Amino acid sequence: MIHSGKTSPTDWNLLFLCWLLAGISTLGSLFFSEIMRFPPCILCWYQRIFLFPLVFLFTTGLFSGDKSVARYALPLAAAGWLVAAYHNLLYAGIIPESIQPCSQGVSCTEDYISLFGFLTIPLLSLLSFSLILALLLILNRRFGR
Amino acid sequence: MKKEVVYLAGVFLILLFVLGGYIYKNQQTKKLGFLSREHAEIFVRKHSPTLGSDEAKVYLVEFMDPACETCRAFAPFVKKLLADNPGRIKLVIRYAPFHDGADYFVRILEAAKKQGKYWETLEVMYQTQPYWASHHNPQPELIWRFLPGAGLDLERLKNDLNDPAIGQIIAQDLADAKTLNVTKTPGYFVNGKPLVTFGDIQLRELLEAEIAAQYPR
Repeated sequence: MIHSGKTSPTDWNLLFLCWLLAGISTLGSLFFSEIMRFPPCILCWYQRIFLFPLVFLFTTGLFSGDKSVARYALPLAAAGWLVAAYHNLLYAGIIPESIQPCSQGVSCTEDYISLFGFLTIPLLSLLSFSLILALLLILNRRFGR
Repeated sequence: MKKEVVYLAGVFLILLFVLGGYIYKNQQTKKLGFLSREHAEIFVRKHSPTLGSDEAKVYLVEFMDPACETCRAFAPFVKKLLADNPGRIKLVIRYAPFHDGADYFVRILEAAKKQGKYWETLEVMYQTQPYWASHHNPQPELIWRFLPGAGLDLERLKNDLNDPAIGQIIAQDLADAKTLNVTKTPGYFVNGKPLVTFGDIQLRELLEAEIAAQYPR
């Protein structure tokens, strides 16, 4: 049977890593908006839409040990990754500002923080989605066998 | 066992979040305290309209937007705070016109200031705000119907509206708002201390604490 049944200890650990990444990212993004009071731009909101549910999905998966969580979480992580990739292209100026969808309200290319000189908020998001996506792909492959 | 790991990690992350928030806010308050001592001009510029006695030791700085509903709702409350502590509080108005087209109303206010009718105009503006600032259908021109109520010379006002100096005032205030991390209006500072949790009771407490510190019995 593909994609059903219980997770092995290794799978569980990988899933736990996904949960940690999603949890840290969620709290981090809430820290930026609620504590540091950076207003999230539209693209940030789309990434949040795909990120926040992952925490709950992974929590349920960890508790039930159900393999199918990897399959259900994959589209969310993939969509989040796409938005994050687009956001970074905008931020880096590879896609011109003129076609960015958020001319009103908060700018998607405004520089808020850059840790160590290069780590911006959109890059953090892309990093997190990439890691989650990679882990989920590994998990799906393991479960597919 | 595995469940415990998840619980522990979850509790740990949330604790980290709360602790981080606490540390960050403390740091911000310290930084603002420093700014208010060393760079008081960030809070009060020469051009800033003020209300209250020059002898007052407590400065209430309000970053406001004439088109902001909450600023309007807070106006009577701030007025009462001033009245309750005569001579002790000085209100400083700073502009943070975040609403679309709110610059226009700041221009009217500043032009009215030249006629010595600043506070009257602000009062009229707040009172009539629902007519001209409705969110689905803003009609800035409607304000002109109400401006005579402030005793203004409208012709002169129209001439003064486009004074480039007003543009500079707005730009300076917006720059200071950014420095002080004001992203929402109204944004209050009492002698440089920010209103951390927003609310009328919190503002009163912050003011009263500062008054008690500046005017020991």
